[in-house]
Amino acid sequence: MGYNFKETMNKPERLAGGHRMCAGCGGTIAARNVLRGLHEGDRAVIGNATGCMEVSTFMYPYTAWEDSYIHNAFENAGATLSGVETAYRVLKKRGKIDETYKFITFGGDGGTYDIGLQSLSGAMERNHDMVYVCYDNGAYMNTGIQRSSATPMYANTTTTPVGSESNGKPQNRKDLAAIIAEHDVPYVAQTTFWKNFKDLHVKSEKAIYTEGAAFLNIMAPCPRGWQYPTADIMEICRLGVETNYWPLFEVEQGKWTLNYEPKKKLPIEDFLIKQGRFKHLFKKENEYLIGEFQKEVDRRWEDLVYRCSR
Amino acid sequence: MGKRDRLSGNEAVAIAMRQINPDVMPAFPITPSTEIPQYFSSFVANGQVDTEFIPVESEHSAMSAAIGAEAAGARTLTATSSCGMALMWEELYVAASNRLPIALALVNRALSGPININCDHSDSMGARDAGWIQIYAENNQEAYDNFIQAYPIAENAKVRLPIMICQDGFITSHAVENIELLEDKEVQAFVGDYTPEHYLLNQKETMAVGPYAVSNYYMEAKKQHAQAMTNAKQIVLEVAKKFAEISGREYGLFEEYRLEDAEYAMVIIGSAAGTAKDAVDALREKGVKAGLLKIRLFRPFPAEEIAQALSHAKVVAIMDRAESLSSQGGPLGSEVMAALYRARSQVLAVNYIYGLGGRDVRVDQVAEVFGQLEKDAAAGKIADAYRYLGLRE
Repeated sequence: MGYNFKETMNKPERLAGGHRMCAGCGGTIAARNVLRGLHEGDRAVIGNATGCMEVSTFMYPYTAWEDSYIHNAFENAGATLSGVETAYRVLKKRGKIDETYKFITFGGDGGTYDIGLQSLSGAMERNHDMVYVCYDNGAYMNTGIQRSSATPMYANTTTTPVGSESNGKPQNRKDLAAIIAEHDVPYVAQTTFWKNFKDLHVKSEKAIYTEGAAFLNIMAPCPRGWQYPTADIMEICRLGVETNYWPLFEVEQGKWTLNYEPKKKLPIEDFLIKQGRFKHLFKKENEYLIGEFQKEVDRRWEDLVYRCSR
Repeated sequence: MGKRDRLSGNEAVAIAMRQINPDVMPAFPITPSTEIPQYFSSFVANGQVDTEFIPVESEHSAMSAAIGAEAAGARTLTATSSCGMALMWEELYVAASNRLPIALALVNRALSGPININCDHSDSMGARDAGWIQIYAENNQEAYDNFIQAYPIAENAKVRLPIMICQDGFITSHAVENIELLEDKEVQAFVGDYTPEHYLLNQKETMAVGPYAVSNYYMEAKKQHAQAMTNAKQIVLEVAKKFAEISGREYGLFEEYRLEDAEYAMVIIGSAAGTAKDAVDALREKGVKAGLLKIRLFRPFPAEEIAQALSHAKVVAIMDRAESLSSQGGPLGSEVMAALYRARSQVLAVNYIYGLGGRDVRVDQVAEVFGQLEKDAAAGKIADAYRYLGLRE
């Protein structure tokens, strides 16, 4: 699949402006750009777990979605789209519809890594012809920045607040892309907003047009939760990639591929220092925590390189 | 015309589903309803239906997928029991408030705990405020007949609500009884094609389902939902009338058994009505004016009609196969007593809890209740309106 930046960016918007997401919201950027993976003329049904995106884009009686859209609840976006996709197959079989529909559902890390994990796992294992897109902003942002299993270690959240006895979240984050890849689905990829968005656009198109279940994990920074000026989003994503915090990879039919390897890996503090949620790590007495964070990033990177070398 | 057979309640309902040949069935096994998706899967495997079966990983996902499929424009059903329906809880409300006419075969079983696989009505009674139509059966024939009537009621434009067709776990779901089945073609003609007005996969328009609606819209949505539930009563009767035309079997909102001149009445739901009818017959032979009102339609609740049917009784025993742990009795007790009060009825009423967790109810125990009603009537008052039947000493 060739990639033409101008052509891709000029596709009609399928998530219209006028919704109520925050300025600079990573989730919205993720959704708009994933939808550019759809071929013009193809129809889609969009699913959505409860979260910021849902309450801000479909506030009765207005919807920002150009395609048919269904929100059901927080924890069941996977199962809900399973039902829609199955309905499509049966209505097509019975001659009630003839056009091509694609099925894409969006969930934040709360609805995906945590409360919706079982529903997602079931949908992936049953191999429904759908794409589940996680816009991972690393906390329950809609309810006010509570930790999730996607929250990186040491992040300051409202349920892992930094205090005299706490340095933020004590645990490492869950590697969801790997967990879904182990479901043996046809396509899994991890991406973010990087350079000219080619990585995200190509992976979205692949995910949408690969037959069977596909999963995209997109690092989608949240200016409120991560505490940075909204204009810095591209720089933060770049640093996430260049420090190996958020590697770009894909798993096609079980084959792991590393899509980018920094020529000169940057130290993790370059990524952390941009974000207010890690401010406490830069106190003199906490410097060792940055070392711990670096060790964790390196361990995961080595593991990923190993998977990709097989 | 009718085809005689011998079937369990689960098999009878599964056959009704085969005859309907719906679009989508997501389901997850739970005792005692497991056989329904099992039978149905074999129909799929043998090409007797062209339904898509989704073997979901939980009941929560069963109802979630049912909502997705029904919203997409597919006629959808599922089956469950007890904790399975409890796990669907949030989704029951979502299905109903989105006005999706999903059919659910509920095989009533006690809710935990202690964990218990046997019959009582705590599962569906707990969901009585979820906005689903609820219809109950005394035996296999009724479970089958009610399921055939489910979609014409639920999909009616004045209703558009999900519907729960309930039968008693093991007592009817597993007991094999004589039954008269309709021909496949008769069922298909009766149920008809599903042609929703708006749905996700409508090629002529896009639509959005499941909005965030704040204070300025929520209450209106609830009022419309309530109106649909009110409308359902008449539609249930209309569908029953049409059903009688093809089956010869007549159904109403409830069944009155020797109730017309009864002085001592009993209100009951489900399979225990059969036991109670035997007791009524025996008492009538002794000259006791006993009678029975068996609820068929519980949601919407036909309060006025029930109060009217009980108006000539001296005293009524309202039998609950579910505790509501309110310290006042069970859910049917509350509703019937409220109905009597609204009708300014002078009938004395007492609420019995019986049959929880599959506890047997026998003819002699029902007769005992009627004996107590005679004493209550003689006393002219009810000292204790909240009683247990068949409790071990």
